[in-house]
Amino acid sequence: MSILVGTDTKLIVQGITGQEGLFHAKGCRDYGTRVVGGVTPGKGGTVVDGFPVYNSVKEARARTGANTSMIFVPPPAAADAILEAASAGIELVVCITEGIPIVDMVRAKHVLKDFPGTRLIGPNCPGVISPGQAKVGIMPGRIHLPGHVGIVSRSGTLTYEAVGQLTALGIGQSTGVGIGGDPVNGTHFIDVLELFQADPDTHGIIMVGEIGGSAEEDAAAYVQAHVTKPVVAFIAGQSAPAGRRMGHAGAIISGGKGTAAAKMEALRAAGITVVASPAEMGQAMARRLKG
Amino acid sequence: MNIHEYQAKELLRQFMVATPDGQVAENAAEAAAITQEFGGQSVIKAQIHAGGRGKGGGVKFARTPEQAAELFTQIYGMTLVTKQTGPEGRKVRTVYVARPVDIARELYLSLLVDRGTGWGAILASTEGGVEIEEVAAKTPEKIVRVSVHPGLGVAAYQARELGEALGLTGEAWKQLPPFLRNLYRLFVEKDCSMVEINPLVVTAQGDLTALDAKISFDDNALFRHPEIKLYRDLSEEAPAEIEASAFGLNFIKLDGTIGCMVNGAGLAMATMDIIKLHGATPANFLDVGGGASEEAVKNAFRIILQDPGVKAVLVNIFGGIMRCDVVAKGIVNASREIGIRVPVVARLEGTNVEEGKRILQDSGLKILVGANLEDAAAKVVAAVQ
Repeated sequence: MSILVGTDTKLIVQGITGQEGLFHAKGCRDYGTRVVGGVTPGKGGTVVDGFPVYNSVKEARARTGANTSMIFVPPPAAADAILEAASAGIELVVCITEGIPIVDMVRAKHVLKDFPGTRLIGPNCPGVISPGQAKVGIMPGRIHLPGHVGIVSRSGTLTYEAVGQLTALGIGQSTGVGIGGDPVNGTHFIDVLELFQADPDTHGIIMVGEIGGSAEEDAAAYVQAHVTKPVVAFIAGQSAPAGRRMGHAGAIISGGKGTAAAKMEALRAAGITVVASPAEMGQAMARRLKG
Repeated sequence: MNIHEYQAKELLRQFMVATPDGQVAENAAEAAAITQEFGGQSVIKAQIHAGGRGKGGGVKFARTPEQAAELFTQIYGMTLVTKQTGPEGRKVRTVYVARPVDIARELYLSLLVDRGTGWGAILASTEGGVEIEEVAAKTPEKIVRVSVHPGLGVAAYQARELGEALGLTGEAWKQLPPFLRNLYRLFVEKDCSMVEINPLVVTAQGDLTALDAKISFDDNALFRHPEIKLYRDLSEEAPAEIEASAFGLNFIKLDGTIGCMVNGAGLAMATMDIIKLHGATPANFLDVGGGASEEAVKNAFRIILQDPGVKAVLVNIFGGIMRCDVVAKGIVNASREIGIRVPVVARLEGTNVEEGKRILQDSGLKILVGANLEDAAAKVVAAVQ
């Protein structure tokens, strides 16, 4: 069954005429996702690589019945693109764009409260994939295997590492969700854990976190109270120095808070298997699944 | 991006947030002249991007214009060591001369974005002039936190709540609401990531004033603030990091022996972690990003190898957007142009991986190939031991 994306997904790509937008629209189509068109204001009425282009999300949805949007719009206009999709009624918005000013996301999140029918994933995320069904993102489809382990992660390539390890062990994935590396974003660990817990096709969950903020600690409390399926976690940044932004806007230890050690402790206390090495995520999940 | 105190105060004045008079002095004579203007006394303040300047001897009170000139000469060009600079300290290239203030109380105020709620947050405390982390650790009840509604800004009732928590009365009580509203306006309009006023002073005359100000900016928003970009002080940043950012690379120099080139921040941190777990130390954090060109990869290699402490390099690329053949060509070109003098272990996965491996094999370079992350880490650590 999986969560968020699947055979019902009808995808439009905002920013489809840009280099990255088109490259990944094709990548999703090649994977088997139903990509029904794209949006670039001013280029409506044209066709690019077989994808019809519309001037607005509203028009695209009216013409195609799209229920999902993947955003590649550059940072200065990306928050606006998110809100355009929400106001057009798009149910799932996946924003890939990295570099959106935090104030823009603060405002966007506030406005999104008025559109409860829209779920935002990201920004600064690799997207969502349900192997064998649909891919809404930039992840390499061919390393994935359909199966029953859900993955939720703040990282992009570190998620692929987890997926690669599972696939090598013959353990498939139900859905992989990249929630992104920004400090203010649309979906937290807890939101995805809730979906995985309710999904009959997900039998185990891998959480990939990193330094900064308290999302992992919040997730630990949620798991303790509500999640019965086995959870394995890895937290990147055990060796990161304090006070430095480690790539992701949200990956920073400030005022002594947000360290990997504190997160690992909170997760362990909730009964989650925490691996110290990123190379052990797959094996740890295999052991938990066996019993 | 960080800025100096004198620049932060320029911004405060622009937004009509009360702060004492002050001016940058170019030389000792100017320091004396400014002091004269201030009535014969002043505070001579070293300007560096680090806190703890007072304790480190970088902030001194001048009782006369002549003393101001002497203190200027002492402080200008000194290597100031504070708790935040590390033992090597920072060279003082700018000196700020401030009008002295009769301090009755020292409070604490800061603004930042609360990641959990996605709202702005104001933190205030009666414990000013000390390190807020200590207050948070020892007496957390002394820190009051107010969430600012994104649509509303700082409400009058919130200003009253903070005023009460800070024990303000009289003029200071009246001055707090506009002080907070203007500070929040600055925060939003200039896309700050943090504004810290420590101490926020109540003067003997009963007025509020920002005695010190630390402002940092959201790097993601600098594209729309050319006026803030002008404040950038390159001498406060590590040269290698400046060079890397010019190539669109995310680079942070560390102290270890194993250089890292990785695509993706999470995987880059995890690579540093696994090196440490194997008993060695990473020399840097480097994220080449998703769409890095061959040129960028070549420059990444060059920057890593500039560090004489690097004894081996681990290239860990899991291609999503990043293509392994682009990485491989970058490594080969780097080797041909600059000569790679240390062992290199490459672990490539994902998009165009076979092409990438073929390019490395056909190059004739001595590059060890890691079968997976564990294998690559073990090989590179073995290479330095």
